Amino acid sequence: MCLSIPSKVVKIHKETNVATVDTMGVKRDASLDLMEENDVQIGDYVLLHIGFIMNKIDEEDALASIETYREILEIMDEEDRQKAILEDDECPNRIKEE
Amino acid sequence: MSLELKNLYDDFRKPDTIKAYAKLIKKEAKKLKNSINIMEVCGGHTHTIMKFGLPQLMPKNVKFIHGPGCPVCVMPKERIDHAYVLAMQKNVILVTLGDMIKVPGSNGNLQDARAKGADVRYVYSPMQCIKIAQENEDKKVIFFAIGFETTTPMTAALVNTVIKKDIKNIFFHINHVTVPEVMVELIDSRDVHVDSYNNQIDAFLGPSHVSVISGASIYDKFPKQYNKPVVVTGFEPVDMMEGIYMILLQVTQNRCENEIQYNRVVSYEGNLTAQKLMEKYFEKVSLFKWRGLGNVPESGLKLKDTYQSLDAEHIYKDILPIDEVEDHKLCICGDILRGIAHPNECTIFGTACKPTSPLGSCMVSSEGACAAYYKYGNLNQNE
Repeated sequence: MCLSIPSKVVKIHKETNVATVDTMGVKRDASLDLMEENDVQIGDYVLLHIGFIMNKIDEEDALASIETYREILEIMDEEDRQKAILEDDECPNRIKEE
Repeated sequence: MSLELKNLYDDFRKPDTIKAYAKLIKKEAKKLKNSINIMEVCGGHTHTIMKFGLPQLMPKNVKFIHGPGCPVCVMPKERIDHAYVLAMQKNVILVTLGDMIKVPGSNGNLQDARAKGADVRYVYSPMQCIKIAQENEDKKVIFFAIGFETTTPMTAALVNTVIKKDIKNIFFHINHVTVPEVMVELIDSRDVHVDSYNNQIDAFLGPSHVSVISGASIYDKFPKQYNKPVVVTGFEPVDMMEGIYMILLQVTQNRCENEIQYNRVVSYEGNLTAQKLMEKYFEKVSLFKWRGLGNVPESGLKLKDTYQSLDAEHIYKDILPIDEVEDHKLCICGDILRGIAHPNECTIFGTACKPTSPLGSCMVSSEGACAAYYKYGNLNQNE
């Protein structure tokens, strides 16, 4: 019920206050009645809910989240690598270097 | 890197990121002194939790309580009976959103009304009412409006258009409900002698799109007055894992705050244009009955008296039933919505009560806790 779909604005029809948005290849019209005048521009990412644009998606914040996730994965990978080295060190079958 | 549309889907559903957060959550949960019950208020979150199997990724001391945030599920039989009666009137076209089709009232659901000849139509957007009204000038189009704050402004926009364009044959039956009031209901018995109905809930994952409209500010009182941390979280699985992690950090760091994980669309203030439109046309009703929960103070909206000429509840008040209707005796939806029971603890779950023939409210919509359990497996948490 409360779900909505991230979409990209491809056209704005000023006379009807409607925007055409692209949702992964599907184009449809959405009302701009819930948005401040001139707030939504072509190229903006928006959230679409039952035929209305309910808000813009902040590009910087979205990218910052994605960057955080990338960093977390990097740290995790590094931790896994260190752990593997440690386990290898402690392995009793390991041939000790002279 | 510049943002592409597919990033907004793929990067927030990445299995590796979900697994990474599962590790972080496990690590943080070791520091917890007591186990923690997190209520996801919104049905959209319940759906994501079950669809992506998040309970299996949680350590034993982190549990979910599924909240009442499915507006279809919480619609009481009395209101469905209103819709049914309105639909059966001559020269009336009852229009509503698709989710309402199967919700059972005391005389059956709206599909049954249609089978008996009523003109019931389901739309994707409230704005489609305008076309229906133009094509049927000799009929009254009644929009049976449902939904939380996410959907209320869209109804307000339709009211606004009807008034501005002077459309004579569109009317409204308003069933909009509000989230903060029902959250209070779950943790505050409003009786100084009773601690609370339910001390099960330790923290809230705040709804995603209700908050896009209303802003995160509507949850300020939960950390401040009730000592419950809130993290407003997006609907994607990575969003949810990050939100859960943020709640754990608050607890282990001894903080109790109202935070936003879903900051790419949710602000503290929300969408002010939408809020203004809602305030212009709607006001609170003193009590609204929720299916399974009973009367919740100030949790429903109605059209302001100034717009009574558009209010179907006012126009048809002589024929709309006012009797209270009991829920099914064996149904434990009330306990599920309060977080006291899980769907698989109900004796009629999956037997007498199924998505195709729901008896209780939580089985009706795909966002109801029972329907999500039914669809994605009768999972026992942490087993």
